[in-house]
Amino acid sequence: MSQAVDEIKIGGMGASRRRVEDNRFIRGKGNYTDDVVLPGMLHMEILRSPVAHARITRIDASRAWDMPGVRLVLTGEMMATRNLAWMPTLSYDTQAVLATDKVRFQGQEVACVIADDPYIAKDACEAIEVDYEPLPVVVSPQAALEDDAPVIRDDKEGQATNVIYDWEVGDAEGTDRAFEQADVISRLQLHYPRSHPSPIECCGSIADFNRSTQKLTVYMTTQAPHIVRAAVALIAELPEHMIRIISPDIGGGFGNKVPVYPGYVCSILASILLEQPVKWIEDKTGNLISTGFARDVYLDGELALSRDGKILGMRMRTLADHGAFFADAQPSKFKIGLMHSTFGCYNVPFAHLAARGMYTNKSPGGVAYRCSFRVTEAMFFQERMMQAAADDLGMDQAEFRRINLVRDEQFPHRTPFGFLLDSGQYGACLELGLKAVGYEDFLRQKAEAAKRGRLLGIGISTMSEPLGAGNSREYDILGIKMFDSAELRVHMTGKALLRTGARGQGQGHETTWGQIVAHELGIPADDVTVEEGDTDTAPFGMGTYASRSTPVAGAAIAMVCRKVRAKARKLAAHLLEVSEEDIEWELGRFYVRSAPDRGVTIQECAMAAYSNMPDGLEPGLENNAYYDPPNLTWPFACYIVTVEVDPETGVWDVLNMVAVDDCGVRINPMIVEGQIMGGLTEAFAMSNMQFITYDADGNCIGSNYMDYLIPTAWETPGFELHGEVVTPSPHHPIGAKGVGECAAVGGPAAFVNAVMDALKGTGVRNIDMPLLPDRVWEAVTQRHDVSGAPPIRTDG
Amino acid sequence: MYPSRFRYQAARSAEQAVRLLHEGGEDAKVLAGGQSLIPMMKLRFASPELLVDINAIPGLDYHRVDPDGSIHVGALCRHADLEHSDLLPGHQPTMTAAAPLIADPLVRNRGTLVGSLCHADPQGDWASVVLALGGSIVAQGPAGQRTIPLREFVLGPFENALAHDEIAVEAVIPAPRGAPAGGYLKLERRVGDFATAGVAVALETDGSQVIRAGIALTGVGGSTIEATEAEQVLTGRPLTAETIAEAGRLAAAAAQPKSDHRGSATYKRHIVSTFVVRILSRIDWTQERAA
Repeated sequence: MSQAVDEIKIGGMGASRRRVEDNRFIRGKGNYTDDVVLPGMLHMEILRSPVAHARITRIDASRAWDMPGVRLVLTGEMMATRNLAWMPTLSYDTQAVLATDKVRFQGQEVACVIADDPYIAKDACEAIEVDYEPLPVVVSPQAALEDDAPVIRDDKEGQATNVIYDWEVGDAEGTDRAFEQADVISRLQLHYPRSHPSPIECCGSIADFNRSTQKLTVYMTTQAPHIVRAAVALIAELPEHMIRIISPDIGGGFGNKVPVYPGYVCSILASILLEQPVKWIEDKTGNLISTGFARDVYLDGELALSRDGKILGMRMRTLADHGAFFADAQPSKFKIGLMHSTFGCYNVPFAHLAARGMYTNKSPGGVAYRCSFRVTEAMFFQERMMQAAADDLGMDQAEFRRINLVRDEQFPHRTPFGFLLDSGQYGACLELGLKAVGYEDFLRQKAEAAKRGRLLGIGISTMSEPLGAGNSREYDILGIKMFDSAELRVHMTGKALLRTGARGQGQGHETTWGQIVAHELGIPADDVTVEEGDTDTAPFGMGTYASRSTPVAGAAIAMVCRKVRAKARKLAAHLLEVSEEDIEWELGRFYVRSAPDRGVTIQECAMAAYSNMPDGLEPGLENNAYYDPPNLTWPFACYIVTVEVDPETGVWDVLNMVAVDDCGVRINPMIVEGQIMGGLTEAFAMSNMQFITYDADGNCIGSNYMDYLIPTAWETPGFELHGEVVTPSPHHPIGAKGVGECAAVGGPAAFVNAVMDALKGTGVRNIDMPLLPDRVWEAVTQRHDVSGAPPIRTDG
Repeated sequence: MYPSRFRYQAARSAEQAVRLLHEGGEDAKVLAGGQSLIPMMKLRFASPELLVDINAIPGLDYHRVDPDGSIHVGALCRHADLEHSDLLPGHQPTMTAAAPLIADPLVRNRGTLVGSLCHADPQGDWASVVLALGGSIVAQGPAGQRTIPLREFVLGPFENALAHDEIAVEAVIPAPRGAPAGGYLKLERRVGDFATAGVAVALETDGSQVIRAGIALTGVGGSTIEATEAEQVLTGRPLTAETIAEAGRLAAAAAQPKSDHRGSATYKRHIVSTFVVRILSRIDWTQERAA
């Protein structure tokens, strides 16, 4: 007699199952791109431009060609003969693969050497002579707008200025009327500094073109292998079925590994020309100065407010610095990602956003670094604005949020920009956070401390993030719709192989996906192997970024399990000798409704699928599912931080941080908490120390880990996590919402708001991130705002 | 890491190391902890033709306090050895304060005090500490050993007084004439970051007044800076709120910081003065007097 299985025991939904991938990762047995070694493999090194803007007048690679062990030197001129000097970006722009006319940012790819070993390749790069004729350098979007600014993209026909786009969304007239009726108008100008996702593993590829089979296999660090396959087919004009992209273990992505980079293209061409495998592994500086950066947007906005604290309207202007090529990875129909998700969780009747994008002599990118396409900037603006508005109204910042948050009974709630927020308990999350941090008590402590000259502050950030693109109606990348997929094969003995179109980079897919199978089919999670990242075996999918894996691929897994279960039901009816209508399901088992003791397990059904199927039923137990979500998922979060600022040094310490995340149903609570802690750490980094900036000559400051600071365990504060509020997604098959990015998105404003709250009495309204000690000290002592990108100060 | 081509030799004795350096000429470099040299080779800022590895030389990993109270640190004594030393706490407060602030734990496990002094980075912490303590370097060359006061050892940024065929075998901190007091403070944006500014204070007191004062500054000039006037204002007097404030002011005046992405020159000067005052104010004067 069979019995229903215990879901937690089989590692199903809600089990804090240990991460199965860690077994190999922590033993050093992962298989990353750089671990792949192929017979006859050559090594590629990239020569990068040392200057930010210059015309190339001469490239002489003869000394490099003459060095023993050098097999090939690629330059822009050679790429151009194959129509590969330029490639399309993910935002309908073009990007130089190897520079032909001029270089447009420091670190731009100028030439490549392919040699027998990486030492020779590097030596040979140093032997290439390049003459650069310097051009004026533009390192800010404001300077790019000046009348006398050089046109950076003179390669583009009809491009007379450095403006990439002017784009707007919302109701301009309605918003104007709302501002006319306002009692109070609150304004804030912010800069979200340039940062870099900076995965520990840099980018790399091994291209292996086999002349005899005509097949091109590329091992590469990509979060979206199928998109790359399509891109290679289109750019390199190779037949798609002859291209195999394999994304092995990835050492972190955070959005950095979504785009196609020149190094990939060069290694592919080199392998085709040389008919040998060519490996390219980027170094840390190459990664930081040339691959997809994030943020770098000036945010200027205002709120129309009634005296009693109601938001009447919101107006926002963004000025984004996209670098030398517009290479944002984002849904194609939007120019500035989902910036217009700002103020989604509040009742705002009228809103308008005007966005402008600029070319500068900085590296290209604008990738969604741990966020759903510019949502980080949107939420940072929103929550900084909320605090400033509360202060302008003389209102308690918690109360001001309470008044304006969308109430539970308002769902589904349409935002003025058109998003449909479908679920949430915003008020409950806020109250839980306030209670956990001891809000009233802290305000008393703060007042006490102020009497002794100590500066304490508390900052709140509440936000709902749009996660899990598509649906396919609105979200596509270069026309490819943003659905995702899963394929499940249940073997004869009831063990299973699951493949998806997503590609984990450390998020724990191999663990979590097995848990969804366990939840749907009662097959123990340990009996499920998860495979991703090989385009010859995985079903077509859009990959992993923007917290879309669980919302989209995770849903596809649930749906394919249900298809398999439907077939297993037929097998169960056959085995139990009753009609299908008389069969009931409980976890792991079908039974006869009228005789519950008579049942068969899912494993017995699997065996029957290969050994004892009824007449007319196709053998086997496998299926696939493509899932196109009806909407985004809308998790909600409330982050509260308390700090003490040392006015003598500008150093600030986090006293406490409380995080309340309602991400719907949690499949693996331990993994969810790990994601939140990681995101909060990055949020702290952004607010406290992390930035990339450029000096006047276009030299990148932040090109290595001495300058680009990643916090260690020493600086990172402790976090108190709360998951008590659970609002399932109404449309996701298992009620889950995205969560991987919420903390990195909503967190920074909480830290900054806390410091600004501590400085409230000093007349300082804003310090732009990062809140480095010298910037805080300057604000406190000079009693003025400190704005803009961190300057490279020089004494002249 | 793909540095330029170089030869590598592991020395088994200080004499052999000196011989190898002598033969190697100007393009030979000594490898001890490697915490500065290896990154520079990785970036190809340094391309030595020969690396003479001294790590296998026996008997250089010591630090000891001699009966006269002088402290001797061997060329292979790691930062971590000083951080976890049983000898320094209670004996040398400035070194005790500085040791756990050197870089990060990974660097402390490999890097050496003597190597840090040889590297002569104006942002090196140990140079300030040893300068404030009036220490010196024992160098060994083909003609034998000589002692070089640190003040004369550091010639400029990344430049020391060693001949190309000399190695630094030991750092010496002279015996104190009074009760030692002091500390080390540095402001860094993150563990392992170079100092935005750092201050080493090393006093000796006789129970009623300061008989020797050493104050040296990290990261606020082209080389490690000795704040001579600040030292003088403290010497021969009891430590009072007035002398402390004056020392802070004079130390800030001695600093020659440059504005950069770590902060403005004004800010760095302010930090120097703040740290001098903080270290001096924390010295328990009454206890020192009793001792």
